[in-house]
Amino acid sequence: MKIAALVFKEVRELLTPATILPAIFMMLIFAGMGGMIGGMEKKAMEKPNVEIITHDNESYASFYTSILKKYCNEGKENIAVIEIPSNFSSLIKEGKKAEIHIKWLLKGTGIAESASITAVRKAIEIANNELVAKIVEEKKINASIIFSPVEYDEYTIIKNREVATAPEKIISFFSSQSMSIPIVIMIMIVTSGGIVISSMGMEKENKTLETLLTLPIKRSYIVTGKIIGATIVGAIIAFLYMLGLRYYISSFGMQEKLAGFNLNGMDYALISISLFFSLLAGLSLCLVIGSFAKNYKSAQILSLPVSILAIIPMFILMFQDFSSMSTPLKAIIFSIPFSHPMMAPSLLLLDEYSLVVYGIVYSAIFSIICILIATWIFKTDLLITGRIRK
Amino acid sequence: MQAVVVEELRKNYGRIKAVKGISFSVAKGEIFGIIGQNGVGKTTVLRILATIIKKDGGNAKIFGYGIGKDDEKIREIISYLPEEAGAYKNMRGIEYLKFISNFFEGCDIEKAIEIANLGERIYDKIESYSKGMVRRLLVARVLMAKPKLAILDEPTSGLDVINANEIRRIIKNYAAHGTTFLISSHNMLEVEYLCDRIALMNNGIIVEEGKPEELKERYDAENIEEVFLKVIK
Repeated sequence: MKIAALVFKEVRELLTPATILPAIFMMLIFAGMGGMIGGMEKKAMEKPNVEIITHDNESYASFYTSILKKYCNEGKENIAVIEIPSNFSSLIKEGKKAEIHIKWLLKGTGIAESASITAVRKAIEIANNELVAKIVEEKKINASIIFSPVEYDEYTIIKNREVATAPEKIISFFSSQSMSIPIVIMIMIVTSGGIVISSMGMEKENKTLETLLTLPIKRSYIVTGKIIGATIVGAIIAFLYMLGLRYYISSFGMQEKLAGFNLNGMDYALISISLFFSLLAGLSLCLVIGSFAKNYKSAQILSLPVSILAIIPMFILMFQDFSSMSTPLKAIIFSIPFSHPMMAPSLLLLDEYSLVVYGIVYSAIFSIICILIATWIFKTDLLITGRIRK
Repeated sequence: MQAVVVEELRKNYGRIKAVKGISFSVAKGEIFGIIGQNGVGKTTVLRILATIIKKDGGNAKIFGYGIGKDDEKIREIISYLPEEAGAYKNMRGIEYLKFISNFFEGCDIEKAIEIANLGERIYDKIESYSKGMVRRLLVARVLMAKPKLAILDEPTSGLDVINANEIRRIIKNYAAHGTTFLISSHNMLEVEYLCDRIALMNNGIIVEEGKPEELKERYDAENIEEVFLKVIK
């Protein structure tokens, strides 16, 4: 009951428009960027508007034009004018290269213009391939053999596991995991950690700390209330970021599933436990650091070391797998408790349970030590006088 | 049993000796005032007795519970009003009182609303309150808990004459019903009116102690301010 009241107080003080609005704003920015990228991809998939002028009515030119018309619209606001000269068919019949003239009509220099250009080039590429197939088949040769004379039957072995797929697909799948998860976890740690440190700064600045310390409750309850309160607010903010980020990442059309690599219920439970202890470790560390905050402004500066500790593993794990790191780098990454939930999904997909469990144990020990230090600090004079006196 | 017994209490901040071995006692239901200039150690003494900072030497007991030994027990029977204290700005006045009531048994929120005397503003956010309104809310918070000992550091600081007078009247009324008050102030006239006994502090020590009337007589002074000036000369 007393802890619930402390948690309510923390959430009430921390969940303000000043903390929520930036998160909503960022969510809208991410969602907006995702929408723009998705719109561009959609535009690239749409038939572009092109004017096709044909001066040749012979078979190859007619065939080529029909394919282009199949993949392009002829209407207003054209992105290009494609002109097929009168000697197009005759040159091909003579075994020479034909030529088409393309006049691009750019309305601007924005990235959105490139989507339509890509769509036109794609249509031309298809028309070229279809024309090659027609020429080859006229010579009684199977065009599919010319285009792809060899079929691949490929397997990839990763961590003693054989997977019937190309390595690029596996790398792409794991990259999609390692891009988004570390970012979300980093945001959650930085946001919640900043909230805890700010909360301590605000208590001192608003002169509410002395009253709090004279309430008939254990000092460990105050520490716990602050950590739980910040976790709730941090989770709400991270959820808002995640909504925007998920929409943004999904706009790239990254693979979400790959046969042979699935997370089961146990894996999700381990990821959740890893995230919980990592967050607990981060927040209790922040509470220790926040004890040194004199006011809200100094609290902002004190948040910086924790942000750096969250950003370092995020960047490294986005580009490098833990198992391929050098031993000193492995030691550094492992010693930062925020690394573990960032690595956990990839490790569990590869059935590397031991490292995830070690990470959880390490984060739990780290949390306990930090909570004990924070509780000890709350029992000293440090919070009031800035000096340690047991 | 004495409500407060302090013996040779000492506190240092590094090389600075803030409190240099003071002793005093406060009877149950008494209003005891510690007066002195800024920086003489009044707040340090109150903070030690409120269990939020540690003593470096001496002994102090509150209703028989030892400071530094029985701090959690002491926090159950005291209520402390720090100087220039604030309240949680995003809470409404009523929410703040309800929040504090979670930690003390038998809190009278209706009485607290009456003491705070904020009218309908008790339902407004604290961030919209004036300094005086916050102080009234905090005094209400202290008394709402029905403490055996209320420790008030400059209780009427920031209040206008009418509100300050009302708070003094409430303190006297609570004392008459058995609550013990330990008050620090540099408003000598307030202390003279309010306190049963006073201790004059200077440079970390108590330089004089007694009932206001006795002190005035002893120093042939018209008021406590004059007594204080004569004592520290």
